[in-house]
Amino acid sequence: MIPAEFKYLFPSTVDEAVRMLAEEGEDAKVIAGGQSLVPVLRMRLAAPTALIDIGGLTELTGVRDDGDSLLIGAMTTHYEVQRDHLVQDHALLLKLVTDTIADPQIRHRGTFGGSLCHADPAGDLLAPVLALDAVMIIAGPSGRREVPASEFFVDYFTTALGPDEILLDVRVPKYTGWSAHYEKLNRVAQAWSIVAVAAAVQVRDGTVSAARVGLTNVGSGPVRAVDVEAALVGQPASAEVISEAALRASSGDGYKDNLARVLTGRALTAAVAG
Amino acid sequence: MTATAEPEVGKARLRKEDARLITGQTRWTDNIQLTGMLHMAVLRSPVAHARITNIDVSRATAMPGVALVLTGEDFAAEQGSLPCAWPITEDMKSPPAPAMAVDRVNFAGEAVALVIADSAYHAADALEAIDVDYEDLPVVLDLEEALRDNDLVHPDLGTNKCATWIFDSAEAGAGTNVEDEIAAADVVIERTFRQQRLIPAFMEPRSVVVDSTAGMFTVWSATQIPHILRWMLSAVTGIPEHRLRVIAPDVGGGFGGKLQVTPEELLCLLVARRMGRPVKWTETRTESMLSAHHGRDQLQKITLAARRDGTVTGLKVELLADMGAYLRLVTPGVPILGAFMFNAIYKFAAYRFECTNVFTNKVPTDAYRGAGRPEATFAIERMMDELAVELGIEPMKIREMNWIKHEEFPFTTVAGLTYDSGNYEAATARAMELFGYDELREEQARRRASGDVKQLGIGISTYTEMCGLAPSRVLGALRYGAGGWETASIRMLPTGKVEVITGTSPHGQGHETVWSQIVADRLGVPFEDVEVLHGDTATSHKGMDSYGSRSLAVGGTALVYAADKVLAKARTLAAHMMECDEADVEFASGSFSVRGTSTARTLGDVVLAAHVAHDLPEGMEPGMDADATFDPDNFSYPHGTHLCATEVDTETGMVKIVRYVAVDDVGTVVNPLIVDGQVHGGLAQGIAQALYEEATHDEMGTLTSATFADYLVPCAADLPAFLTDRTATPATSNPLGAKGVGEAGTIASTPAVVNSVLDAVRHLGVRDIEMPMSPERVWTALRGREDSGAGEVAAGGLGSIDAQGGQS
Repeated sequence: MIPAEFKYLFPSTVDEAVRMLAEEGEDAKVIAGGQSLVPVLRMRLAAPTALIDIGGLTELTGVRDDGDSLLIGAMTTHYEVQRDHLVQDHALLLKLVTDTIADPQIRHRGTFGGSLCHADPAGDLLAPVLALDAVMIIAGPSGRREVPASEFFVDYFTTALGPDEILLDVRVPKYTGWSAHYEKLNRVAQAWSIVAVAAAVQVRDGTVSAARVGLTNVGSGPVRAVDVEAALVGQPASAEVISEAALRASSGDGYKDNLARVLTGRALTAAVAG
Repeated sequence: MTATAEPEVGKARLRKEDARLITGQTRWTDNIQLTGMLHMAVLRSPVAHARITNIDVSRATAMPGVALVLTGEDFAAEQGSLPCAWPITEDMKSPPAPAMAVDRVNFAGEAVALVIADSAYHAADALEAIDVDYEDLPVVLDLEEALRDNDLVHPDLGTNKCATWIFDSAEAGAGTNVEDEIAAADVVIERTFRQQRLIPAFMEPRSVVVDSTAGMFTVWSATQIPHILRWMLSAVTGIPEHRLRVIAPDVGGGFGGKLQVTPEELLCLLVARRMGRPVKWTETRTESMLSAHHGRDQLQKITLAARRDGTVTGLKVELLADMGAYLRLVTPGVPILGAFMFNAIYKFAAYRFECTNVFTNKVPTDAYRGAGRPEATFAIERMMDELAVELGIEPMKIREMNWIKHEEFPFTTVAGLTYDSGNYEAATARAMELFGYDELREEQARRRASGDVKQLGIGISTYTEMCGLAPSRVLGALRYGAGGWETASIRMLPTGKVEVITGTSPHGQGHETVWSQIVADRLGVPFEDVEVLHGDTATSHKGMDSYGSRSLAVGGTALVYAADKVLAKARTLAAHMMECDEADVEFASGSFSVRGTSTARTLGDVVLAAHVAHDLPEGMEPGMDADATFDPDNFSYPHGTHLCATEVDTETGMVKIVRYVAVDDVGTVVNPLIVDGQVHGGLAQGIAQALYEEATHDEMGTLTSATFADYLVPCAADLPAFLTDRTATPATSNPLGAKGVGEAGTIASTPAVVNSVLDAVRHLGVRDIEMPMSPERVWTALRGREDSGAGEVAAGGLGSIDAQGGQS
């Protein structure tokens, strides 16, 4: 790889990283696992003046139990998310989604937070994070702030993260006992989803008591399928209800609209089957 | 000639070259570091067709580490024209092909300027400081539109038509007149198929290093063709051939993509000559996709005539073949290699092939795994299915009715080739059995009856190909500029070890292993005692390199003959040493003995005696070396039966291969493991054409599939477990009985997959789906119940950023 020249910085604390980011100005860029940024650098589609490598910030790594929610460190790799017991028990959807990301090499390098900050609408983690009502915990020069996922994803490759801010953790409410499924259609294993659907459901006595559905790569950012969720809650977890609800994933006539409906039906069916 | 107790030929040996290749503990071109070496970077045109009105290099020249910035103007007087070795017709139009554009660019990706700097980084940085002004010219992209000559790629030629090449069986005396057969036929089927443009996508990007110390030019290149490259570079630059040495060190794949004399090889050589310092160029992946030659890209109009009972009578092929902007080494000949293969294994009475080569403002096309033959095989195997559907005859039955029977070999085809051997019945029977053909047909019927979301299809490809390129006199008759022989040398070293020098140039095939197996058997020496040298014109002084599944059938044969020469000399010397008549000398397991006695000398004893030369027979030269060159009389004709079952998801259009059986007849097999590997890789590439890969352009002619995020090369996870088996009908054209296996999988598999997908959805009203059969195209076809060549939705990722920059 032959990127343009940049300054390389390796902070050892979050505060140091935030300070460096402020000092280096708008053309500096934070690098986490590098799985999205490095290809961009390699093709010289971006030429940041400085890279601030947050790979040394160990406090951003790992998943912590925080009462009603989990705190997933931004630098937690996909591989670590896949194998984490807290994620398995309380946010199964995230584990199932992460299982489908790229290949083992990339899952060992790529990070949970890095994927979210890159905000590629075809990225797998955006829709489930949105659907699960996650909250982004962000550090900047004026301290810390929290941004709900619904406000974090702004547009193609654009988030609410300021140029001087770093994503620290993602707070994910616990979905203990929910079942989930990620239905992804991609042409080859390493290709992005054409469309994918992330679904988590809570079924009590045969009735859907709660549902979360997020759509990947149907717009400029992740889409929460609120109409689908509404059509499910309080209804029997039956094939008829699911078929009816899935139709509300999209009203359009195009290929992706069709996929949104078909894959929503399949995701919900698999989720309900547990 | 019998050798060790357990013959090496036929043994599934692990490849001796793999450890170093897989771990990278070897010399690739890009690893080479020379003292004082400079680095070259290439600025490429972002536009497909334009006049260059100005190039300002002043900023770039002043950048740190920059030694020199050069434009096409600087090389205009000395760069000449890149060679095309295959003028297919006397009146073929061949525009000058500058290595670097001088005043106009004809494809996006064409070189327009060079930076030579002290590091690859500085060279890449300075590229961004070169300002080029382009004045856009009309872009010619579509083949049929190009033929109208409204806008011209090369105005000086006055047309976009490069050449038209015709074979007619009636004119050639090989068959009847195709128009008569069409007029008299019960059934005439006419179809048009598009062979999409593909990118060879070899693993190791191209790389060149040139050193010009003391007026001797050494060129290291990641090439398939060091010998041809030396010849051509000498011809283009005027550097005397004996002052040029070309080395292909270990090379990481080619698939025809490195069967080329590239602009960058020539430019590196010119830069090294001008500067008197070593220079290196290594491309990025995107650069490779934007500028290394592409493959396929044909529009095929096929007319098939048959009788009501299913007997085929006539075949008419009308092709348009996209040359791209220039003719590279064998660009115009690629479709011609397919001319002899459309009739395939079937007994047509009449055949006519007419191909018009066309210029467009795209990357030049050239050889890509199969080169002409996959296109032909696809067309005929699709047509046999169309005929079967039309007549309501089982698709395997209609093939069987028409193919050459086992007892009819040797068989001279309507295209004028003589197939020496083959057994289509045996390969087909084995494939049907492995596949569970009847059971799958039953399963298919059940799914159709129940309206299953996932419909099942079965696709057949009973292919043959011509390889072992090639008899030199045939190449001459086809106006190709070189011969098709191959050479090998054996040097017996004084300690009994063996050096083999081959004129073939392996780039992943495993020649070192296979050549060692052949020599071990022939000479009765241990496999481990053989070293195979290749790819360096200083050690391997002549050869025609590796492509067209030729290395074993042609180069392996030369090796056998060289070994026979060694043995003949050793036998004479052994007789002298044992003081017996040569006729009484027997050779077995590496040892000469006098028949009926215990007197014996090992080959090692004899080699040492030859080397010290203390007591040789009168007139015998010292040493024990031999050279042999083999020019085949005929091509070899691998064949086989491939069966593919696919599941088509009718709701999403997704295709999944659920079973794939390949039974190939590649003649005698030296190493079954390597043959399996070749088949697996070939299948992956053929399946990729059917389902995944396509070079796409926007309306301005910019390649929009210039990364592996956009150009979908499948990996192991995307492919099924292949069931492979073989029948072995030896080739009669060489003593090994080998036919070649490098391209078989690619040639056979594409139509098997496409036939299978269409078989799954034809009852739903779908007649055709263009390749690659993406989920969206399949879904659109199912929804529209019509032919589908719909475009793609963006799949996101890098593709939705902007991946066209060629200067990375």
